Amino acid sequence: MIDAGVVGYKWNAGTLLRTFRKSVPVLPFLMYVFFVLGLPTIVITALAFKSGNGHYTFSNIKVILSGGQYRAGFENSLKLGVVTAIIPGIIGTLIAYAIASSKSGALKRIVATASGVLANFGGVNLAFMFVATFGAVGLATTWLNAIGLDPWNYGFNIYKLWGVAFVYMYFQIPLMVLVVTPALNGLRPSWREAAEGLGASPWQYWRRVGIPVLLPSVLGCMFLLFAGGFSAYATTEALTGGTVALTPIQIGAYLNGNVIATEQNVGYALGFSMIIVLLIAVIGYSLLLKRSSKWLQL
Amino acid sequence: MATAVRRLKPGRAVLLLLSLIYFVLPIYASLQFSLENVQGGFTWSAIRAIPSQPGLAGSVWLSTRIGIVTMIILMLLVVPTVIYVHLRLPGMKRTMEIITLLPIVIPPIVLILGVLDATPLGLKASPYLLSLVYVVLALPFVYRSLAAGLDALDLRTLEEAAKSLGSGALRTIRFVILPNLRSSLLSAVVLSLALVLGEFTMASLDLWQTLPVWIVNFSGSDPHISTAVAMLSLLGTWALLALVVFLDRSHSRRLRKGLVQ
Repeated sequence: MIDAGVVGYKWNAGTLLRTFRKSVPVLPFLMYVFFVLGLPTIVITALAFKSGNGHYTFSNIKVILSGGQYRAGFENSLKLGVVTAIIPGIIGTLIAYAIASSKSGALKRIVATASGVLANFGGVNLAFMFVATFGAVGLATTWLNAIGLDPWNYGFNIYKLWGVAFVYMYFQIPLMVLVVTPALNGLRPSWREAAEGLGASPWQYWRRVGIPVLLPSVLGCMFLLFAGGFSAYATTEALTGGTVALTPIQIGAYLNGNVIATEQNVGYALGFSMIIVLLIAVIGYSLLLKRSSKWLQL
Repeated sequence: MATAVRRLKPGRAVLLLLSLIYFVLPIYASLQFSLENVQGGFTWSAIRAIPSQPGLAGSVWLSTRIGIVTMIILMLLVVPTVIYVHLRLPGMKRTMEIITLLPIVIPPIVLILGVLDATPLGLKASPYLLSLVYVVLALPFVYRSLAAGLDALDLRTLEEAAKSLGSGALRTIRFVILPNLRSSLLSAVVLSLALVLGEFTMASLDLWQTLPVWIVNFSGSDPHISTAVAMLSLLGTWALLALVVFLDRSHSRRLRKGLVQ
C-alpha cells in the first residue's frame, strides 16, 4: 500500500515547515514514549558499561561472557527461547493449517478467539494452573501415575528448565496460530489448482510452492515466539520461585538485592545483552515478514 | 462444533483433539484443585475463605486504581495520537508500527531495571509509576486494534462528507470517527485491562502488592485458596471479554435494525 501523503513530496522549506507543523500534535506522545521507554534504555546501556565507581569498563560484559552462573543463565535462556519457538511454532502452524483449511466458520471463530485469549496468558495464573495439573501431585500426574506412567519417574520435572518450556507452550502455540493464520489464508487455492493441472503430486506442490511461499512467514513468526520465550519472567518466577538459572530470573534477583558487591552493575549488562539479542530477533521478524509479503497479501 | 470436527481428516482431528486436551485440562485441574478438600472431596471452603484473606482486598483495589489510571492515559494520549496519525500524517504510520515493536525489544524485566533508575524519587514512591509503564506495554494492542479499525474506514470520504455538512474537525472525530471505531476501542480497552490486571513482573520488582503479586506471595500459606483466587481472576477477565463481545454484537445488531442512530 502506498501512502498518498508521501508520494510526490518535494522537499523544500515550505513543505518542511508544513510537515513540522502537522507533526506538533504527535509530539506529546513521542515525548512520552521517549521518557518511559527511551530514557530507561539509555540508562541501562550506560550503566552496563560502567563500573561501581563510575568508570567506563567492559568488565560487566566480561563477567557474563567469561562463564559462571550468568553465562549459564544466558545460554539456558537462549536454549529456552529456541526450543519454545521451534516446537510450538511447528505445532501452531499445523493447527492453524488444520483450521484454515477446514470449512467450518464456527471452528475458525472459536480457535481465533481462544488463541487471542491464550496467547496473552503467560504469568502467575498459568504457573498455578500447571502446578495443579502437572505438579508432583497434580491431576494429570495422578491420572498417569494410576496407569503406571508417572512422568516424574521418567525425568519430567515442571520446576526445571524443560518443565518450564512445557508450560511456555501454553501461550506460545496460540500465539503462533494467531500470527501465522494470515499467511496460511494468503495461500491461494489457484496455485494448488495450477500445480495439479501441471501434474504435480501433493508432495511436489508443497515442496515447490507451498513451503517456499510460507517459509518466510513461519520463520518470522518463530522469531517472535523466540523473543517471548527468551524474555518471559512472570511464569517462571511464579512457578519455580526463581530457582531456574535464566537471565530474566537473574535480573529479578539482582533487582531484589541478591548480588555480590564486586558485580555491582552486572544486572544492567544482563539487561543490555538481552536487548541486543531481542533486537536481532525483532529485526529478523520484520525482514522475514517483509520478504513473505512478496507473495502473500497480508 | 461436532459436525465441524466430523468434517476433518483423521490426522487433523487427532491433532486438534490433543491440543484441546492440552489447553482445557489445566483449566479443569485448577478448578478441581480450588474446589477440593484435603480428603479429595468437594468443598466451597477455599472460595468462601477468599473474602477474609488478609491483604487481598487491598491488592484488588490497588490493581483497579492502577488499571483506571492506565486507561485514562491511553484514552487521552494514545488514542487521539493514533487517530491523528491516520487522518493527517499517514507517513508516520511506519514509525508508529516500529514503536509498537519496541516493547518486545525491551521486555518488562529489562525495562523495569532502567525505569527504577531513571525515575525521580517522588514518582518512584507512587504506584502510578506502574500505570505510566503499562501504557507502553499496552501500546501494541491498542495501536494494532485501532489501526485495523481505522484502515477499514474510508476516512477521507467520511471526513469530506462531514466537512461539506459544516462539521469541524473535533466534531467530526466525536460524532463520525469515534462511533465507527467502537469495536476497535472496546477490544483495545479489554486487552489492555487484562494485561494490566495480570502484570506481575514490574509490579513485584517495584514492590507493589497488586493482585498477581498477592497471589504469589500468599501461595505459601494455602495453595488451595491462592489457586482459587487465580481462577477467579481468570474467570473475571474472561467474563469481561465475553461481555464486550456480547455488547458489541448486540450493538451492531441494533445498528442493522436501525434502532441506533
